[in-house]
Amino acid sequence: MLISLDDRLSFEKSKRGRRAVRLPASRFSEAKPLETIPQCLLRQTSIGFPELSEPDIVRHFINLSRKNFSVDTHFYPLGSCTMKYNPKINEWAARQAKFAALHPLQVESTAQGTMEVLSELEEGLKEISGMDAFTLQPAAGAHGELTGMMLVRAYHASRRETHRTKVLVPDSSHGTNPASAALFGYHVVEIKSNSLGCVDMEDLKSHLDEHVACLMLTNPNTLGLFEKNILEITRLVHEKGGLLYYDGANLNPLLGIARPGDMGFDIIHINLHKTFSTPHGGGGPGAGPVGVKKHLMPFLPGPLVSKTKEGYRWVSPGPRSIGRVKLFHGNIGVILRAYAYLKTLGKEGLRKVSEAAILNANYMKEKLKDTFTVATVGPCMHEFVLSLKSFGAYGVHAGDVGKRLLDFGFHAPTVHFPLVVSEALMIEPTETEAIETLDRFIDTMKLIAKEIVADPEMIKTAPHTLPVRRPDDVLAARKPILSYRDQVREKVLLAEAVA
Amino acid sequence: MNFPENLRYTKTHEWISVQGAKAKVGVTEYAQKEISDVVFVELPKLGTAVQQAKTAAVVESVKAAFDIYAPVSGKITDANKALESNPGLINQSPYADGWLFELEVSNASELNSLLTAAQYLEAVEQAPKH
Amino acid sequence: MPYLSLTEEERKAILGEIGVRSFDDLIKDIPLSLRDPKIVLPAALSEPEVQDLITKLGRKNTTTQDALSFLGAGSYEHFIPAAAMEIVGRQEFMTAYTPYQPEASQGTLQAIYEYQSLMTELTGLDVSNASHYDGATALAEAALVALKQTDRPTILISRSVHPHYLETIRTYLAGTPYKVEELGFDVKGNFDRSALAAKLDATVAGVIFQTPNFFGNVEDLEGVSEQIHANGSLMILTANPLSLGLFKSPGEWGADIAAGEGQPLGLAMQFGGPYLGYFVASKALMRRIPGRLAGLTTDADGKRAFCLTLQAREQHIRRERAGSNICSNQALCALAACAYMTLLGKAGIREIAEINWDRATYLRSQISKIKNFEVDTAQTVFNEFRVKSKKSFQKIEEKCMKQGIFPGVSLEKFYPEMKDQFLVCATETKSKEDLDRFVEVLSQC
Repeated sequence: MLISLDDRLSFEKSKRGRRAVRLPASRFSEAKPLETIPQCLLRQTSIGFPELSEPDIVRHFINLSRKNFSVDTHFYPLGSCTMKYNPKINEWAARQAKFAALHPLQVESTAQGTMEVLSELEEGLKEISGMDAFTLQPAAGAHGELTGMMLVRAYHASRRETHRTKVLVPDSSHGTNPASAALFGYHVVEIKSNSLGCVDMEDLKSHLDEHVACLMLTNPNTLGLFEKNILEITRLVHEKGGLLYYDGANLNPLLGIARPGDMGFDIIHINLHKTFSTPHGGGGPGAGPVGVKKHLMPFLPGPLVSKTKEGYRWVSPGPRSIGRVKLFHGNIGVILRAYAYLKTLGKEGLRKVSEAAILNANYMKEKLKDTFTVATVGPCMHEFVLSLKSFGAYGVHAGDVGKRLLDFGFHAPTVHFPLVVSEALMIEPTETEAIETLDRFIDTMKLIAKEIVADPEMIKTAPHTLPVRRPDDVLAARKPILSYRDQVREKVLLAEAVA
Repeated sequence: MNFPENLRYTKTHEWISVQGAKAKVGVTEYAQKEISDVVFVELPKLGTAVQQAKTAAVVESVKAAFDIYAPVSGKITDANKALESNPGLINQSPYADGWLFELEVSNASELNSLLTAAQYLEAVEQAPKH
Repeated sequence: MPYLSLTEEERKAILGEIGVRSFDDLIKDIPLSLRDPKIVLPAALSEPEVQDLITKLGRKNTTTQDALSFLGAGSYEHFIPAAAMEIVGRQEFMTAYTPYQPEASQGTLQAIYEYQSLMTELTGLDVSNASHYDGATALAEAALVALKQTDRPTILISRSVHPHYLETIRTYLAGTPYKVEELGFDVKGNFDRSALAAKLDATVAGVIFQTPNFFGNVEDLEGVSEQIHANGSLMILTANPLSLGLFKSPGEWGADIAAGEGQPLGLAMQFGGPYLGYFVASKALMRRIPGRLAGLTTDADGKRAFCLTLQAREQHIRRERAGSNICSNQALCALAACAYMTLLGKAGIREIAEINWDRATYLRSQISKIKNFEVDTAQTVFNEFRVKSKKSFQKIEEKCMKQGIFPGVSLEKFYPEMKDQFLVCATETKSKEDLDRFVEVLSQC
């Protein structure tokens, strides 16, 4: 389908003298800016913003939106990303002026509604995760991990155990885990996965000593397996005085089924933009509230919201707090959406979500296991990993299959991750997809398997029906053109002109 | 694959060409194929001391970053500036125009630990096939 | 449960397909002792009940639309064009994932590229990232870039930078080998030039200033970048992006990095977030910039295309060797800013800055005429300024609030020595009547 013939940038559509927004003409002050402000403070260079009319701008952006896949338009079986449906009641709530037009430094008594939302969401997260307290400041999962590592460091420092310099991370972990730990000078040690895809207990034990600050774990892991030795793992790490950090990226299958707090985790982050249905926004904003057990509460960033007889209040944290990790109280707009979702779920909805997520994943795995190699044995949780290894002879890679899926209107699964599986396709259907959609995806995967054998070149050059095909990322990295300025400077002209 | 006889090699796929007290270092043809299209090279600063088997440079492809280890200890005396504007030289000419850096060898005995072309070829042939 | 399609029959059929008898067979790896935790949560609400609940909670808030607000200090009330709201509300943008599959994300990628382009125009610097969490965290990342780039241990930061930014940077650097040193300010609230000269030594990696600073003053940074660069350090500037329509840009001041809060560019205040951290740097720092970057390239058929680029800097590739751990950013907020800046256009960005200056300058001049309040009319400000009161600020706030006015942000909370001083902000959202009414109420305090 043709979306638009005009692929130009807004800058390239600009015509001198065109305007969109009109602003008040009246001036209240007798002083005139150019006459009053010292010359040395005034901007000297012009601002090369485009000049367009409102109708042209709206069409520009709406046509751009139509070049996107999104959850509202496509099935997104993207492993570990939990691309579930984003309920519209959440959006409705976030748009209410009664919440949107609230200043972060307002007097507490004038913000009781929002503070109640924050407090209630904290209570809900505590129940669901089994933790004792939460901070809502972190803006994303990785920001939660960063906060978590600060808590780990502060906790050990308070006990004069600064010799704890190692952070253990399984080799199947998300890249943010080692990156977060390394930012604070921690020596990152990779723990091997065993042949079943779980933490290799012997390898773990061999790295456990008094230098361990923390073990970061995703459970279920990125292969979609619940670490069945979890109680043993947390016991062993605690025995050596280390802490356990739970990466909440894969919390979706555990709602009402099991709690990280009960497993023995000391610190946890929850990605509200995954498990709690808030939209991904093309890469953000998310929110990554961090929960802790009692012994870590004094270290939480502040201020923290507190329920008192006189209403909700901001309470400054104590002297052992790691300090503020964000400009204000957190991504409140995201938190409000998650709150609406939690109210919709209620106690009885939690388990239904996780059960459906697990059932959907196992159904797909079962239907695809004869065509592709499944990386694990036995049932999976909310996601599973296929390997394309058996198609190696055709020279087709996992990424190619992802691209071919786009031609059928499916977003690609997570490809080439986790790193422990070669040619990995990581599939997470989520609970909100109907069985008909899963069936269509399964049929498509089987069709693609046949295509790989019949016409591997066609798969290697896919997609064939989208606005662009295989952007040259080598060229993009070797000669970075990162703005319209770069384009003008490097004389990269319009595509039409080049042609 | 071509592994010139006059060079010495490491198991981590660097080559070294010794001329007197100085030596040039690059990556092997096998390595450049594994890395695929090089998009950026982080070269060591002149004058820095590098240690044998420790990171001295980083070579980036679109999807990965590879540490390049110093085959022997020494002080960096030169770096291949041409790679800044044309990192693809590593792919086109790994043993000549695509060299990475030059160092002053600080401990000549370390050279004895390096592989000959034949030994390196053997190591490569034993490496797991992708 | 809404949003699920699974019927009871389908559930049974799926269990049969998988070849297990019950759901519990699928989760047998979970130790029994962990299963079915007791969770205390209220029962599910239907959608009308949720709407009702949200509406009632909302009534407990007094918003800046209910009251006449002069609050600023890092979050600003601005007009947001209706078209910008519609664009951001497009669910094809809202419900999309990070554009790792460029063929399925050309919309998001081009929008990010245009955002990057607009930010380089506005700040006068070379390379913008696709966004960061917020101003405070963007500035903390800028400090990290300076520390790594120069391989020096100290960040110098002016105390006239937003105290929350300062606190966040301290949090980020605590327990690392790096340290933060503060630069004082003079009685007018501008950074202390003699202290800069004294503290600028071979340990300083970067120096951070804010303009307009926390007190609303547009800082005069003439000669500062030369001084900093001569010392081999980097200059980091956090500017209110809207002020750059009128005032000198970070590029013009000679800054190496501009990092700060983009909320004034079309984002609602939302009680503090989500906002937009902007991060723009000189070309020399391109490969140290944290976070995602969208780049222009061509596709396999020679057509123009966009993709994420220079990804080998990032955590998903470098893991523990990455310069930053950032993954999710604030893409939708960057889209909002992109739409906002495009709608304002070349003339609008200048006009809106002039109007903000006009409102604040007018209000300050009116307040200067009433007794018991003191303002420094000699300072150049953008849309915010400091007021010193002879009366207790608490009393003033109480009286104003009874009249439906939020008079401003107390400075004593941040600087104990600034008793009964407060920050007053006036943007284009205020009419002349609004400003006059505020002055009237203040004069009765």
